[in-house]
Amino acid sequence: MAKSEGEYTWKDLEIGAVIAAPGSARQYESGTWRSQRPTYDFKKCVKCGLCALYCPEGCIEENEEGYFEADLFYCKGCGVCARECWPKVITMIEEVE
Amino acid sequence: MTTTRVGIEVSIAIADAVKLANPDVIAAYPITPQTHIVEHLAELVANGELDAEYIPVESEHSAMSACLGSAASGARTFTATASQGLALMNEVVYVAAPMRLPIVMAIANRALSAPLSIWCDHSDMMSVRDTGWIQIIAENGQQCVDNIICAFRMAEDRRILLPVMVHLDGFNLTHVIEPIEFPEQSEVDKFLPRSPFPLPLNPDKPVVMGDFAPPVIFTEAKWAHEMSIKASKKFIVEIWNKYEKAFGRQYCPLEKHHSDGAKVVLMTMGAIGETASVAIDEMVAEGQSVGQIKLRLWRPFPFEEMREAAGDADVLIVLDRAISFGGPGGPLASEVKAAFYDQAKRPKIVSFVGGLGGRDITVAGFKDMVKKGIKIAQTGSKNEYEIYGVRE
Repeated sequence: MAKSEGEYTWKDLEIGAVIAAPGSARQYESGTWRSQRPTYDFKKCVKCGLCALYCPEGCIEENEEGYFEADLFYCKGCGVCARECWPKVITMIEEVE
Repeated sequence: MTTTRVGIEVSIAIADAVKLANPDVIAAYPITPQTHIVEHLAELVANGELDAEYIPVESEHSAMSACLGSAASGARTFTATASQGLALMNEVVYVAAPMRLPIVMAIANRALSAPLSIWCDHSDMMSVRDTGWIQIIAENGQQCVDNIICAFRMAEDRRILLPVMVHLDGFNLTHVIEPIEFPEQSEVDKFLPRSPFPLPLNPDKPVVMGDFAPPVIFTEAKWAHEMSIKASKKFIVEIWNKYEKAFGRQYCPLEKHHSDGAKVVLMTMGAIGETASVAIDEMVAEGQSVGQIKLRLWRPFPFEEMREAAGDADVLIVLDRAISFGGPGGPLASEVKAAFYDQAKRPKIVSFVGGLGGRDITVAGFKDMVKKGIKIAQTGSKNEYEIYGVRE
């Protein structure tokens, strides 16, 4: 998409607001919903990947060092990963301006 | 132009008109008084007389859901319902129009419960007023047949692309036998060229339909829908004119019956308008300055035509067969008042609600209503609207 959603006029929409280019949801920054964000103490991490399995947003991926980390562009800060992480690697902290 | 004229039950005639339109998919659930329409269509498909997919769904909600999918794939799609069925379908009815899916639906107008009634009024029609569908009202069997055929053309016209409802009064039309002129199949084929949905479901070219719209884009989507239905009126009229050229019967957003120059005008919608016409004809013969306007197009509402047709009258009496409870009374009268509110010259508008749940209004009844309406216009009334024929 050349434009962001906020630039579309009603005339720019396809008939019936059909989205003709698949995958446009990737551009939606659901990270703006977040009030808390995950922080990591990777010293405790056993790289089990349970957090990635449980993440309802599917936004946790393995980084180059093999640790699992949320993509904050999409992470909504729900805290499921922190709750499920049994070695207690993840701590949710308040988002501050 | 060749036509055959046969005596036939109007529901069966509607099913035959749908057959003439050669739909690909019919998804429907039977409900009184619509049943004969879909029953006959099922029969036509089962007998091999109509090459279409008939989906006998488990509810009206599913009927309209199946219609969405069908129309989205580019198939010519028909359904029919009434009253409680339309109410159950409501959620999905709202989805069809903003998705611009060209579905045609016949509605055998019937009162909504409670108390339970199987007979005609327009409360079901009013329950889907704001769904954004084009809504046509038929007054007799011939109009049902003609408008079913026109509805497919309107729905699929690339300049319109909206679902179309054809309203017809339950029992008063669905269950009566009328002489109907059927157009020839070859003529209908010419009138209804295939024009598949421009962005259909297609595995080779995937699209997203009816997607999530965050606040940043929702208003634009709604406005696009509103602009499409507003713009549709001139194309609807154009299609009606083409129909007249091909088949000889003329349709327009509202029909004027002795109303030009009349001091008092009665406005009706639906089959009861024919009874009213008899009353008006008799009153005209007696030398009274009365006329009638019959609404054919409920959505988009023909504001300009309305002002042109009744702007010079002294009194405009509007009959509604539905109540907006605790509100202004008749939904049609409410619309008509809105049409005239900011006009320098406007008639006194008197709103009547009557004919609820199948209650008959006779020729004498309409004369009485006109008389009462004139009196109310002169003396004024403390009521927002008058209920006609209730026992006090």
